[in-house]
Amino acid sequence: MTTPTMAMKVLRAPRVRRSSTTFLVSAVFLGVVTLAAIFAPLVAPYPPNQVDLLNVQAGPSPAHWLGTDALGRDTLSRMIFGGRTALLAPLLVVVFSTTVGILLGLLAGWRGGWIDSVLGRIFDVIFAFPALLLAIMAVALFGKGLVAPIVAMSIAYAPFVARLTRSLIASERSRPYVAAYRVQGFGGAFIALRRVLPNVMPIVGAQSTLNFGYVLAELAALSFLGLGVQAPTADWGAMVNEAQAGLIGGYFLPALVPAIGIVLVVVAVNVIGEELSDRIGGEIPA
Amino acid sequence: MTTLRRVAGKLGALLLTLFLASLLVFFSRFLVPGDPVSFLLRGRKPSPEAVAQVTAQYGLDLPPWQQYLNWLTGVLQGDFGRSLQYRQDVSEVIGDRLPVTLLLVVMAGTMIAIVGLTAGIVASLNRGKVLDRSVLIGLTVLGAIPSFVGSIVLIAVFAVQLGWFPSFGSGEGFLDTIYHLVLPSIALAIVFVVLVGKVTRSSMVEQLGREHVEVATSRGLKRGTVIRRHVFRNSIGPILTVSGVLVAGLLVASSIVEAAFGLAGIGTLLVQSVDRLDFPVVQAIVLLIVTAFVVVNAIIDVLEPWIDPRAAAGAGAR
Repeated sequence: MTTPTMAMKVLRAPRVRRSSTTFLVSAVFLGVVTLAAIFAPLVAPYPPNQVDLLNVQAGPSPAHWLGTDALGRDTLSRMIFGGRTALLAPLLVVVFSTTVGILLGLLAGWRGGWIDSVLGRIFDVIFAFPALLLAIMAVALFGKGLVAPIVAMSIAYAPFVARLTRSLIASERSRPYVAAYRVQGFGGAFIALRRVLPNVMPIVGAQSTLNFGYVLAELAALSFLGLGVQAPTADWGAMVNEAQAGLIGGYFLPALVPAIGIVLVVVAVNVIGEELSDRIGGEIPA
Repeated sequence: MTTLRRVAGKLGALLLTLFLASLLVFFSRFLVPGDPVSFLLRGRKPSPEAVAQVTAQYGLDLPPWQQYLNWLTGVLQGDFGRSLQYRQDVSEVIGDRLPVTLLLVVMAGTMIAIVGLTAGIVASLNRGKVLDRSVLIGLTVLGAIPSFVGSIVLIAVFAVQLGWFPSFGSGEGFLDTIYHLVLPSIALAIVFVVLVGKVTRSSMVEQLGREHVEVATSRGLKRGTVIRRHVFRNSIGPILTVSGVLVAGLLVASSIVEAAFGLAGIGTLLVQSVDRLDFPVVQAIVLLIVTAFVVVNAIIDVLEPWIDPRAAAGAGAR
């Protein structure tokens, strides 16, 4: 039965070498986008909401590299400012869901027994609610904006992290080094938090990186539906929403620029997440 | 474990999950601070009649568990209450819009199956080669295109620029509706192709490396036969599991596509109801999508042993 594993190894080798350049490119791209968003007021050529009614739906020009939208606002400047909500909101979701997920997964995997079964049952129920649906329901309850969706998405994603952490911890728990710490008289909490958890963190981190991409796309979709970030705030999803009306008239640029921006960022995040999990060598369970 | 006991166990788990989900959907309303009448009548004039009607209809003067039981009894009989924006039964409002969404999901699902399976099979049979890597890169890129991005790009290129397809509405009559749904279903399918494609590929690759495939080949069976009867058939399990997850994803993402193309489906209805503060409709659609997801996955779970007898024999056989 060694054949399949050999085949998998041979198969994996070129993948890692291939993505090294794409990994670097993606990392640099994400770094530039993030820095531009953080230092938006210094980088952007115009304020994001500066209306110029004499210069609407303009094509690319030296004054407006990516053209202007239906109100004459500079698309590049709105992209740079829009990166703030577009990147910060998913970051918050990933931080919250990863923190809660790791703690619950650790609890379930380390203690097992009834805690594990009860948590597993709760996770099953949350899995039945797709993240975007939970976010839409949160907006229906608490009103438009990003606060309720961020909380809802964190709740929706925590079980994914928890289930992954749980399975990793459960298999780690039976390894000899854990028993070695036990016989030396170390407490369970110390072993779990200081010795076992660090070993599973890289794989969980890789999964959370991939989650960032999904959440970014889903929150952008929510703003596209008009339920997330509200006009006139610049946000990539909201920009596509606002530019939708111009599509029929043939003004593609104001909608395509933020749309392509979202795709590029998601591709970059996926490349990084996949390469991270490849390097660790751990298969991320689906 | 006998088949009957297994199915009964799955059914029990299914009902428990649905029950807990219904609790979440119903009691979510109680998380909102303030009194329920003003929550349900947000954005509307709280005339004394309206207040009295909503109070009576939802039994808001009853204890919460009694309200839940009344609601659940109604839901089990297909009565989801009345829509606040349409002054119609919620079930009627949803029923009118369901066909478009179902057709959209079926069309997208067919495309996902065809493209995903083909891509996965082609990649697995050429593993490690340029074709395999190109398919994988292509799938990754497709997987990064959210439905709303796909929608606006398709509208820009095929509806506005080339004028091949309509950009708005769901048309009249069956064939016209299908014509109107071509672009929307492509937009919906794009992001999900990667799931089916990658699972098919890895499942096939795993089977291709198995001894029984070597044995079949060395016995002189044709390559086509080996791949069809020994490799693909054994790879179906994981593909089915992923398809179950797709159902909920497609139903939710259809609201994005419907909004972009102005289709009168339940997705547009959901977004519109959130916008117009019509909570009973939101509640009903959320419950329907969750139920569809849970039921489809339970069916796949139960069917799996028939398709793949090894699953019935226990995990060790895999």
